[in-house]
Amino acid sequence: MTVALTINGQAREVRANLGDTLLTVLRDQLLLTAAKRGCNQGVCGACTVLVDGRPQRACLSLAANCEGATITTLEGLTRDPAMGRLQKAFAARGAVQCGFCTPGILISAHTLLARKPDAKADDIRAGLSGNLCRCTGYRKIVDAVAAAAAEAKP
Amino acid sequence: MTALPNAVGAALARTDVREKVEGRAQYIADLYRPGMLHGALLGSPHAHAHIKSYDLREALAVPGVHAVLTGEDFGDHRMGAFIKDEHAIAKGKVRYVGEPVAAVAAETEAAARLAARLVKVEYEELPAILTPEDALAPDAAIIHEELASYFKVFDTGSKANICSRTSLTEGDAAAWSKCDVVVEGDFTTQPQAHVSLEPCGALAEPDASGRVSLWSANQSVFRVQANVCESLGLPMAQLRCLTPRVGAGFGNKMEPHIQPIAVKLALATGRPVKLILTREEDFEIVRARHPFKLRVKTGAARDGTLVAREVSVLLDGGAYADDSPGVLGYSLFVSQGPYRFQYRKAAGTLVYTNKLRFGAFRGFGNPQVSFAGEQQIDEIAARLKLDPLDVREKSMLRPGDKWFGGAEVGSNGLAECIARAKSASGWAKRAELKPSPGKKRALGAACTAHISGLLATGAIVRMLEDGSIVLNTGAVDIGQGSDTALTQICAEALKVPMERVRLASPDTDGSPYNWGTTASRVTYTTGRAVVAAAHEVEKQIKQHASEMLEAGIDDLELRPGGKVGVVGVPDKAVSFFEVSARAHWARGGPIVGTNTYVFEKPSVDPKRAIAVGLPFPQIGVFAFGALVVDIEIDEASGKIEVKRAWSAVDVGRAINPLSVEGQIEGAFVQGMGLALSEEMVWDGARLANPSLMDYKVPTALDAPYEIHPIIVEAPEPDGPFGAKGVGEIGINVVPAAIANAAAAALGKRFNALPLTPERVLRAMLAK
Repeated sequence: MTVALTINGQAREVRANLGDTLLTVLRDQLLLTAAKRGCNQGVCGACTVLVDGRPQRACLSLAANCEGATITTLEGLTRDPAMGRLQKAFAARGAVQCGFCTPGILISAHTLLARKPDAKADDIRAGLSGNLCRCTGYRKIVDAVAAAAAEAKP
Repeated sequence: MTALPNAVGAALARTDVREKVEGRAQYIADLYRPGMLHGALLGSPHAHAHIKSYDLREALAVPGVHAVLTGEDFGDHRMGAFIKDEHAIAKGKVRYVGEPVAAVAAETEAAARLAARLVKVEYEELPAILTPEDALAPDAAIIHEELASYFKVFDTGSKANICSRTSLTEGDAAAWSKCDVVVEGDFTTQPQAHVSLEPCGALAEPDASGRVSLWSANQSVFRVQANVCESLGLPMAQLRCLTPRVGAGFGNKMEPHIQPIAVKLALATGRPVKLILTREEDFEIVRARHPFKLRVKTGAARDGTLVAREVSVLLDGGAYADDSPGVLGYSLFVSQGPYRFQYRKAAGTLVYTNKLRFGAFRGFGNPQVSFAGEQQIDEIAARLKLDPLDVREKSMLRPGDKWFGGAEVGSNGLAECIARAKSASGWAKRAELKPSPGKKRALGAACTAHISGLLATGAIVRMLEDGSIVLNTGAVDIGQGSDTALTQICAEALKVPMERVRLASPDTDGSPYNWGTTASRVTYTTGRAVVAAAHEVEKQIKQHASEMLEAGIDDLELRPGGKVGVVGVPDKAVSFFEVSARAHWARGGPIVGTNTYVFEKPSVDPKRAIAVGLPFPQIGVFAFGALVVDIEIDEASGKIEVKRAWSAVDVGRAINPLSVEGQIEGAFVQGMGLALSEEMVWDGARLANPSLMDYKVPTALDAPYEIHPIIVEAPEPDGPFGAKGVGEIGINVVPAAIANAAAAALGKRFNALPLTPERVLRAMLAK
């Protein structure tokens, strides 16, 4: 079947078999590979993307159900100032090691700060608890998100 | 980014971080090639069985299928780091549930998976050996009937289901009679899964000449090349191994996973084939941390001086030897901790069972022996009413002391590690800590040492026409930051800005040999080679400059920013651009500096110790660490919460302090998983929890915000700018320190991991 959706601001039509997930379509058809397949079970959070502005696991969303949806991946946020602050803080504060979880974590952090611009360390820990990272021990990620939040303040 | 000239020691952002935060970094699953097919595997449903026959008709009938391969398509070639006991795919026999028995290449991943499921295999079941004790039973089924004929790289002592055995003894057993306190106990540790966020995968592409290019999730392009070629019977020169970015490893990607199968599928179809494991397959068929059974006995004098220790271990190695003999040997080598003993003995046996292979995992056996040994030091302190850190300080190895077995220890910053962890944690006032309502609270501590070193390494430093530098080492950055650290080392050695040095991606065709990203070794070993290769370049630069400036070589100096000039004459200098242009077009030829070496200092002094079956004659230099944790235990649920941690590590010299902290913090949280929540559980022969829903790695809420990395720098005399390794040491004593804190809080000892709420509660209720 054909599914019409908006991806990173562009109207697209994609082919999708019944069982194809949004993640498969994004990666294999559109070559948008920032979202990662870490577990394909909706646990690790590496595939997190925005669907109609809300963070979702692309590995749990069937592409066929995304008709008319607006999808934003990390690639679509390259000019977003809030994402820019997060990216800068992640780079400067050692919040990235292998980087495989990073796109999903950045999407979750971006949503968190949009909802709660003054998030404190414990809010950030809770807000990112659906994204696994096996390298950093999380502390530098929490610090980076807090730093990006602080930088956003006038 | 510009750091001039002090690249070494600067907390620089990673050289690969932009691509990672923008989602542009390419990992193995992100690679696509024209005409690429997708691979899929069929795993064995049995733990131990003969393969009687295959029926491929239904699988081959699936539209889009290009090849279906089984053991019959593979020659009788075996691979293995220590014992060559493993085929690329099950051949004749299966030895664990999930072991690949058939592989498919098809137009789509869905077609490949469907066809793999339709391969029919007839088995004749054999008794499954699921515990090390079963493996050692006199009438046990034999897992490797041809074990005696396998090629082995050291004296393994293999027989029946015994894969290898090792022992190391030093001193006189009569020392036991000098002990006023002796503690003895049995300990067990659980299997832990690596859970690199990126599952293993490979992409193989044959070219027109018959050579194959292979990209894969790996920790060493050279080990991939060796393993694939050994298991397929290919000349190594026929295979080129490369690496994309790697989504972490922790040991899981050092030795082979499914690279040989991907190469075979590519050769069979003449097409590029990408094979990416699912998370379940990654749990079931790659490798995991060894479960240990230990019996440990430690004795001390009345004043707390440690006197004697004996350690014996039994390791479940799983179905194939892989790195297990190394883990056994290393665990014994570090089983005495960083202490002086008058007598010490360590012996162990590694057996085959019908489980997935166990292998290298950050710490390499050290966390398991430390869990036992470091608890016994606390037990001794408790019996003698001494401060457990005082007991450690009294007997710790001091600068100049040798390691167990007689290896030379270079720099030793242990005393400073202990002192700084003590003072940062408020150790002396720990009795005054207030628990939250309904909780018990205590601090716990433990100490460790770890090697960095092993085997062969190289570096090539090339100066291009414009004077910029390409550094090529073959070392794979798996996320720990070696690309950045090695670039810093090279920039510092040549006094050029970081952005003038770029790193070539590891490639077996063009990179110098690098054994791998393992054994906490890249910064130390490869860094040394980079410094030496940069010095070669410096020599050539000075030769040119001496002719260009008409000055003696000894009167020349490298100047910050890519210049060479005459000492004391500021305006008499030429740029690297001018030097390199001359070398390329007029005199001498392009400037290339190379260095290769193999670590050569002996592990054991035969005049001091007796070693049997120790698989690493030359091992490495030593890093040291001390850890203090602050925990609370919920009296109602038994749940342990780690509130704060202070992890002091002697890294020699922190090339990049930000990355060093990252290693210490990340290792701590991975160690928390081992201590508190992670456990692979088998239901009979089948792994019951191969999913992240049922296998609990720590989340951002489980990890304490207050992890305090403390960098101690006792410069290693032959390390690059004094550096030694930091990758593993931070995990070693996390379970031990938490268990010591739990014992301090509850008055109960824990001899088994993990310290789940259930286990802790049961101990609290047992009066």
